[in-house]
Amino acid sequence: MNPHRTQKIAFSLLFLATFLVVALVGAIVVIIVQKGLPAMTWQFISDVPREGMRAGGIFPAIIGTLLLVGGAIVFALPIGLLAAIYLSEYARDGLLTRIIKLAIVNLAGVPSVVYGLFGLALFVVFFKFGVSIVSGSLTLGIMILPLIITASREALESVPRSFREVSLSLGASKWQTIQHIVLPNAIPGILTGTILGLGRAAGETAPILFTVAAFYLPQLPRSIFDQVMALPYHLYVISTQVPNVDEKIRYGTALVLLALVLFMNLIAIIIRYKFRMKKKW
Amino acid sequence: MVIFKIEKLNVRFGSVHALRDVSEEILEHEILTVIGPSNSGKSTLLRTLNRMNDLLPNLRITGTVELEGENIRRMDVEALRRRVGTVFALPLPLPLSIFDNVAYGPRMHGLRNKKKMAERVETALRQAYLWDEVKDRLHESAFKLSGGQQQRLCIARTLAVEPEVILFDEPCSGLDPISTAKVEDAMLKLKQRYTLVLVTNNVKQAARVGDRTAFFLNGELIEVDKTEKIFTVPRDNRTDDYIRGRFG
Repeated sequence: MNPHRTQKIAFSLLFLATFLVVALVGAIVVIIVQKGLPAMTWQFISDVPREGMRAGGIFPAIIGTLLLVGGAIVFALPIGLLAAIYLSEYARDGLLTRIIKLAIVNLAGVPSVVYGLFGLALFVVFFKFGVSIVSGSLTLGIMILPLIITASREALESVPRSFREVSLSLGASKWQTIQHIVLPNAIPGILTGTILGLGRAAGETAPILFTVAAFYLPQLPRSIFDQVMALPYHLYVISTQVPNVDEKIRYGTALVLLALVLFMNLIAIIIRYKFRMKKKW
Repeated sequence: MVIFKIEKLNVRFGSVHALRDVSEEILEHEILTVIGPSNSGKSTLLRTLNRMNDLLPNLRITGTVELEGENIRRMDVEALRRRVGTVFALPLPLPLSIFDNVAYGPRMHGLRNKKKMAERVETALRQAYLWDEVKDRLHESAFKLSGGQQQRLCIARTLAVEPEVILFDEPCSGLDPISTAKVEDAMLKLKQRYTLVLVTNNVKQAARVGDRTAFFLNGELIEVDKTEKIFTVPRDNRTDDYIRGRFG
């Protein structure tokens, strides 16, 4: 076969594969929007579920997901960021550091249902937090911890070495250099990674399954030791566990969840874009 | 008066022997220019004087360096760097405004008073001959300045810390001749208040600004003498060859 033709075939294949990705995303969004949009009423967003989840709204599930995501971040961001600072700024490259880095990579690879089981054993049973927002948030937090550490480390390490040298050469201490030079320039990257982690946490079902999610609880939680409904689990329940749920309620729930996650990703993209415009080196 | 007293200094990075048995004194209010081909150890010497080499792995140092009689290895490293400032080869402004760049050092050392800070910044910018060019745009990003202005900003930033010694590591290597002349002017005036060590690849620059000149080759200090002598009657043939451009 002549090289020109081989090249054409290769290009077509490459294009096709790329197009397929776009088409898939488009198809998912179109189908969910089309089928879910009719459900979008103020009542659907703001009301509790009624008649065994066959009517009413999904307000408790929305609030539940927001609480869980918020709790996960309160736990995971400080720990992840501090660990990332330690790893990228202080840890010397030795066996221990390599083991830590390997552990983080592996933590990212653990299936989410395993996190769920772990959360059940540790937070629900051992620490006696019960099936509660605390247990669920901590479990989700652990799940997104490697994401936050990896993103933060990349952000910290992308701050040019020369900036650190300048700061040190002016007699600033290492910690001052981190505080005043490294962190401010790494924050956009850290935020982006964190928000992507949040999007992931918002959509996961398995880690909250045993640790927090309520099957049917048409009220808001009163304390962090209460159970809550959550969007992904609610979607699973009304799709498979409850008969005769109107299709538009199911797709409406999916649409809200999708919108929430896409909205978070959008914020991450905007932060990254704004920073790139402002980036001065 | 002797500011730096270097005795039998050996610096190794892993298997690389970057400085061999260097002994030398640096005197108050002089410009000591350090010349030599690349990899001759000039920059290593500078980075040893304020312990910036400490950041590199596998570093081994023997011999002593004393700053006014005090061994620098026993000094607090931040205190040492306050007294011995650096201007790097490339203009490296921090991603801050012009004002904040100059204020960075004093701020890190605890200067909080706004009025005093403004004075300190103005003085430093005047000493670096940059004040008139930037006084109306102090709060713009330092990256908006031209290369030559950025380098003088870096000099001002070092001056604001009020050091005793300033180390220049090929400060004009990225600058055009006019900017270079301005930086050289600034250095000549600074010598009245500070002690300057200038590492340069530009032999003519060494001849223009140096009081004394030291020639390094392969990590060894070949000779050091009054600049006129080095450039007219050097003792060592290798020095002669280098300044005449026979190698380098």
